[in-house]
Amino acid sequence: MQYHDLVIIGGGPAGLAAAVAARQAGVQDILVIERDERLGGILNQCIHNGFGLHTFHEELTGPEYAARYEQQVRELGIPCLLRTIVADISPKREILYVNAQEGAVTLQAGAVILAMGCRERPRGALGLPGYRPAGIFTAGTAQRLMNMEGQLVGRRVVILGSGDIGLIMARRMTLEGAQVQVVAELMPYSGGLNRNIVQCLQDYGIPLKLSHTVTAIHGKHRVTGVTLSAVGPDRRPIPGTEETYECDTLLLSCGLLPENELSKAAGISLDRVTGGPVVNDRLETDCPGVFACGNVLHVHDLVDYVSEEAARAGRNAAAFLSGAGAAAAPIPLAAQQGVRYTVPQCIDPARMDDSVTVRFRVADVYRDRCLTVYYDDTPVKRQKKRAMAPGEMEQVVITKQSLLEHGPVSRITLCVEDPA
Amino acid sequence: MTTHELICIQCPLGCALTVTVDGDRVEVSGNTCPRGAEYGRKEVTAPTRTVTSTVAVTGGVLARLPVKTRTDVPKQSVFAVMQAVRAARVTAPVTIGQTIIENVAGTGVDLIATRSIEAQ
Repeated sequence: MQYHDLVIIGGGPAGLAAAVAARQAGVQDILVIERDERLGGILNQCIHNGFGLHTFHEELTGPEYAARYEQQVRELGIPCLLRTIVADISPKREILYVNAQEGAVTLQAGAVILAMGCRERPRGALGLPGYRPAGIFTAGTAQRLMNMEGQLVGRRVVILGSGDIGLIMARRMTLEGAQVQVVAELMPYSGGLNRNIVQCLQDYGIPLKLSHTVTAIHGKHRVTGVTLSAVGPDRRPIPGTEETYECDTLLLSCGLLPENELSKAAGISLDRVTGGPVVNDRLETDCPGVFACGNVLHVHDLVDYVSEEAARAGRNAAAFLSGAGAAAAPIPLAAQQGVRYTVPQCIDPARMDDSVTVRFRVADVYRDRCLTVYYDDTPVKRQKKRAMAPGEMEQVVITKQSLLEHGPVSRITLCVEDPA
Repeated sequence: MTTHELICIQCPLGCALTVTVDGDRVEVSGNTCPRGAEYGRKEVTAPTRTVTSTVAVTGGVLARLPVKTRTDVPKQSVFAVMQAVRAARVTAPVTIGQTIIENVAGTGVDLIATRSIEAQ
């Protein structure tokens, strides 16, 4: 059986950053496996700017950001298999991949980094009533068709969901001459960044209807219209509030789901909230030697954080390959009271780096609250937060020193509290 | 005197800004930091945007070339820039950073390629 020290599944922003960091940490034998015909992943279709402010201190477009990492991968001579899909991973890190040149190949990996990214929540998962005419796209599909294949997917558009891709597509389609009539959002707040609400909707006078959803899709062969209704606090439609928009296209921007079919096949435990693997502070899953990073681990807002996280996964995989032992007695992290999840889900105080960045999302829009970290029942860190929202990932740093000074800890808790 | 209501986009706080313009005098209120004041002033007096789009490619491995204005351009020229972008066509190969249209729509800013595309 073929053997490679490190196999990285996915050649998007996470996979590329992980490969670069692993090589810089001394791993010579790396293989990146990518199913598309080019590296860069979703960044290839994200032609708008706003990427890289943290990583490169300048504002790049998606393809420019991807090109910087591709160039590093090329300069380091890291081999990448394109047009190759991984079909299975075993708990012993045997990887089955398939492509047109070699057929089906099984190889043994010393360590694996999962970097498969995420998928959009499709119509079928939203429970939208109505026929299934042509003209209903997820926002990312429309983005690919427009930006890479040059197809205008519609002329009169309604968008359901105010995630960032939907907002970006509202502007993109407007600039290409389509009429975007409205963006409807089920929740009473937008899931997208403020910057996108201002520059993608307000700039073009596109209304954002919060607490609204689609209650009918009209048209048999092609979409002819969409009915929106207001929803109550229980998120159910309120009868009598229906409003019908004539349109030929409905775009869906209703959330992203980490793509973990392969992780499941390997028997890796997944977190019910993130949809991604449960990991320790090394970003290692409960399958030894298998690490995860990027949107397959949890959905990020900013690619800069993906790159940073993936580089950590790359360095930790390198440490695993050079014989770093298994976690001894990790302390679980508990997400409570306004904190929906944490990544990582546990920290091993004996083996951790000097500091570990814990990323999380909050459950609601909060103003003037505190984010508190408890070691068991002792509050050890209180951060004042002027504003927090589910659409913006938050982070807190846990230091090794603070854990060691505190003595034995059986649980670390993160929660949102009223300021004392 | 005119009054403008804006949401500041400098940070996640999203302060509700009120900008009043009275002749040469511009006053920003509702901001909680100096960046907000600067943003409010610029948005009302000289707003700018970076335009990103795609240009048709002949003979390349991809059908569309992503492009951007090298720097931000006045907000009111966004649609003029788009018109020039739609009329443009390039032949592969293209190198990232290459100028596609000089001084696009008279903005004084070049339109440049944001990826490389090899010839087919």
